[in-house]
Amino acid sequence: MSHNEHGKEIIISLKNVGKSFEGRRIINDVSLDVYCGETFVIMGCSGSGKSTLLRLMNGIIKPDKGVVSIKGKDITRLSVEGLDEVRKSFGMLFQYSALLDSLRVEENVSLPLKEHTKLDENIIRIIVKMKLSLVGMRGFEEYYPAQISGGMRKRVGLARAIALDPDIVFYDEPTSGLDPVVGGVTDKLIRDLSTKLLITSVVVTHNMQSVFKIADRIAMIHKGEVIEVGTSDQIRNSQNPYIQQFIHGSPAGPIDFFTEDAGVTEGLGL
Amino acid sequence: MVTFIGRIIIGTVREVINICSLLFDVLYWIFVAPFKRKVCRRESIFHQMIFIGLRSVFIVFFVSLFTGVVLAMQTAYQLEKMGAVLYVASLVAISLCRELSPVFTALVVAGRAGSAIAAELGTMKVSEQIEALETMAINPIRFLAVPRFIALFFMLPCLTVLGNFSGILGGFIVGTSSLHINSDLYMQTTFKYLELKDIYTGLTKSFVFAIIIALIGCYEGLNTRGGAEGVGRATTRSVVISFILIILADCVLTAIFYFSKM
Ligand SMILES: Nc1ncnc2c1ncn2[C@@H]1O[C@H](COP(=O)(O)OP(=O)(O)O)[C@@H](O)[C@H]1O
Ligand SMILES: [Mg+2]
Repeated sequence: MSHNEHGKEIIISLKNVGKSFEGRRIINDVSLDVYCGETFVIMGCSGSGKSTLLRLMNGIIKPDKGVVSIKGKDITRLSVEGLDEVRKSFGMLFQYSALLDSLRVEENVSLPLKEHTKLDENIIRIIVKMKLSLVGMRGFEEYYPAQISGGMRKRVGLARAIALDPDIVFYDEPTSGLDPVVGGVTDKLIRDLSTKLLITSVVVTHNMQSVFKIADRIAMIHKGEVIEVGTSDQIRNSQNPYIQQFIHGSPAGPIDFFTEDAGVTEGLGL
Repeated sequence: MVTFIGRIIIGTVREVINICSLLFDVLYWIFVAPFKRKVCRRESIFHQMIFIGLRSVFIVFFVSLFTGVVLAMQTAYQLEKMGAVLYVASLVAISLCRELSPVFTALVVAGRAGSAIAAELGTMKVSEQIEALETMAINPIRFLAVPRFIALFFMLPCLTVLGNFSGILGGFIVGTSSLHINSDLYMQTTFKYLELKDIYTGLTKSFVFAIIIALIGCYEGLNTRGGAEGVGRATTRSVVISFILIILADCVLTAIFYFSKM
């Protein structure tokens, strides 16, 4: 595994990664390092390519150019089997949880265990109970995803993501769509997981309340490019107008939603 | 215009290639992978068999029953003129077993189970559940497509046999009641001319139809795009394409059986 100049272990590294969909550049020459054990937050407006960046990191999509390496392995060149091996060491929490509708809560969480370990049924049941109580969802084992609320689904999704005791967990907008209290609880959960279980977390969010609560380091992306990377304090005190506009959520600034669609603004007489 | 047609042709060719590669993937997971790695879970095959098989029993029974009834009346209409009403029995049995029961059963199951497969997998696709499986290092084809394939492959021929019986029953009801054929005589005539090859050519067809239904349902489902609307589109497409391919395959298979004197 490689190290950076401060001697920190680099667990995920993107070098000059680019990705287009249907001729549109979504990720444009992104280079990033995520250090072992830290909570790394990727923030940016919706449509800026955050989810796509996460998909590139966990190998669901392959970049058109550049290198994505996890623990020193270039995952863009791995075989299907090799990639699956790497994937077993990370978990992912999806924006809308992505629990399997046809399985009960318990079955959802036990699925990775049943598929990838040879553990006894009873042991799996105990592990599932443990993971569910870690996210405060004990007692909901028999429910189907459709029968529980969005916030609960997210927590079950988190229990599933950590079922195999991963080294890395990816979170896609873990708090969006949740009420402030549940959002706060989720933030604390992410924080706890990384401090107690020493998990490296990569969190995508545009929720400013949670960013500074959970982040060790932050990357701001806009239109598929990394604008700035730094520690929470560095970002908070950054003079970059994009970052200032994003943090304060002001409508005026360099982040302009109307530039691409000038026709609309003109049509409205704005 | 030319570019338009060209684009359609290229699109179709690409689609056919993708469908074939899905078929090869499925075959790999059924026949090759079990020797190397984990196979697909038995309980999910069982679950699919119940869903696809048992729940279609009722509708297959009725469709075939009334097909038998109608067939008996239509052939009687012709045969009465020649004073050969008795042969209604064998005509009904043979045309059901060779042709009508496999095709109608396949169409019913395509409309019922094939569309359900496309809708279910499509919903899973648009709600990122397929992606979630991939990140968990669970191959969606092994986990989702293979059980549905195996279930359909075994259940459709079973349903076809059921269709054969209920169709013959339909013919029997018409024959013995309104055509006044003695019931023993009706059954004797049925089995006198019905040969084993009539049954197994029909079943061969239904194995092929099963592959078509499962393949198209899974393909449309796994390639769904664009939210709820996309799921609706995938479902409709799966039914339409399955119907066309079933009729097409039936035509080809019938020709093969006919010219090879089977
Ligand atoms: N599979 C895809 N096909 C086509 N376009 C895509 C695909 N995935 C993402 N995009 C496009 O990429 C852009 C960024 O998407 P995304 O990464 O989901 O943004 P974010 O998560 O930051 O809101 C969007 O404009 C979206 O339309
Ligand atoms: Mg997103």
